[in-house]
Amino acid sequence: MDERATTSQDLAETIPVAVKDLTKVYGNVTAVNHITFALKPRSVVALLGGNGAGKTTTIAMLLGLVVPTSGEVRVFGADMGRNRYQVAQRLNFQSPYVDLPMRLTVRQNLTVYAGLYGVANAGERVAFIAEDLQLTALLDRATGKLSAGQKTRVGLAKALLNAPELLLLDEPTASLDPDTADWVRRKLKEYAEARHATILFASHNMAEVERLADRVILLDAGRILEDETPAVLIEAYGRETLEEVFLDVVRGRARLAEEGDAPEARKAS
Amino acid sequence: MSGFSSQSGAVAVLLPPSGLRASLRRIGALVRRYMYLLRSSGIRLVELIYWPFLQMLTWGFLQKYLAGTSSPLVQAAGVLIGAVLLWDILFRSKIGFSTTFIEEMWSRNLGNLLTSPLRPFELVAALSVWSVIRLAVSMIPVAVAAYFIFGFNLLDLGLALVAFFALLVLTSWSLGLLSAGVILRYGLGAEELAWSLAFILLPLSCVYYPVSVLPDWLKPIALALPPTHVFEGMRSILLHGVFDVTQLWWALGLNAVYLTVGYLAFRWFLQSARIHGTLLQLGE
Repeated sequence: MDERATTSQDLAETIPVAVKDLTKVYGNVTAVNHITFALKPRSVVALLGGNGAGKTTTIAMLLGLVVPTSGEVRVFGADMGRNRYQVAQRLNFQSPYVDLPMRLTVRQNLTVYAGLYGVANAGERVAFIAEDLQLTALLDRATGKLSAGQKTRVGLAKALLNAPELLLLDEPTASLDPDTADWVRRKLKEYAEARHATILFASHNMAEVERLADRVILLDAGRILEDETPAVLIEAYGRETLEEVFLDVVRGRARLAEEGDAPEARKAS
Repeated sequence: MSGFSSQSGAVAVLLPPSGLRASLRRIGALVRRYMYLLRSSGIRLVELIYWPFLQMLTWGFLQKYLAGTSSPLVQAAGVLIGAVLLWDILFRSKIGFSTTFIEEMWSRNLGNLLTSPLRPFELVAALSVWSVIRLAVSMIPVAVAAYFIFGFNLLDLGLALVAFFALLVLTSWSLGLLSAGVILRYGLGAEELAWSLAFILLPLSCVYYPVSVLPDWLKPIALALPPTHVFEGMRSILLHGVFDVTQLWWALGLNAVYLTVGYLAFRWFLQSARIHGTLLQLGE
């Protein structure tokens, strides 16, 4: 019995994220409504949905910033409500809703976070990440004096300092120009492949999702409406792009097989 | 990433996340962050000394005036300046704790901190350590100035000074914890609390007068406050040359209760903020 329990625990610890029947209610508003999903190791998964769909709240619950009303969140097997600190060093995140202290230089900010995440080779690590994210020339500038794109890169540098096995990103390319956004996506792709990391990111950008994600979880009003690969979704809805699929889903149009709809007719709509 | 495993720093070497050394490392990292912040602004540094210096000057001249006129009590000892300096230890330490915490909210950095391996008690420890460092930066020059301008030597309090200092700092931490918790839960709208909470103690903890002048119904409240015993102890030394150890024990015991309640309140407010989702909305 002990051996079986150990095996089960070991198995749970290999699963980066396991969410079961997760719900978050704020007063009269149900932000997240009984969602269940798990992320495989090395997968890149997008949380899609309109404003208020529950993406940020879901990520916040995964991080332990928000306590679920009911349900369970496990990251590498640890219950994030009770044992977040067991795994906190193995993940990291970036969000446009948080900043790094603006008065500190980039180097100072990264050094502080290297200390918080227990990075032993902090100086070398900061130098490496800075070089890789083209921040070396900015290391001794105040973070608050950087452009939006540069700040995003600094935020990404902070998120990658501890080489997290699980990276949670909330709108990683929000407010970036197309060139910088493309550069960030490429870096994330490279990171996931090189580190064999799992990435969960929330986004409104369908092109970004198509490029990065090998799976899409589509939320609407706190519920999971779809959970598939982008290719399967595009085919199932008879569309050419994920953006068209997204519009179908949020406007209540069903999949082709359920509707008996011809792809040509759907494309015309 | 390109060249991820071949270059120096390409691999993040991670230290064990648990244990005393890990906690000290994280506390140190956060204290370093506050140090960077102070170093980044000369105005902040000047401001730290500016207000206590002005207060010391004002009360010092008042005492000089009184000493030249009538009051034998004031002539007897530097009670007034002593009270001002000790009150400033409590007030500045509390402000140091609270404003450093609020700084994290102003800079929208709290989300980063609370998702890192930093534990709540480590955050509290870092704020506490930094409040003492700020206090030293603030009070040492002022105490030196008080000696040269008014001839008041804070060190005349001897070993008791160390005890008074420690006891007042402990009280300031419990107040800081309470206001930080409320701000965490209710946002920067409750910021005023950080500034005003310590002032409740000013009339009640008998900074400038003995407990005996209070009406009988107010005395139990005053005696339930740790600083009251510190200021009574200070007057006992400066006026009568007697070091009243009983007052120190009272202050220490009450501080233990206040600190415990303060930390539990901070944890409760933090959990409440997690439940209500307010940690997502914190910022300027």
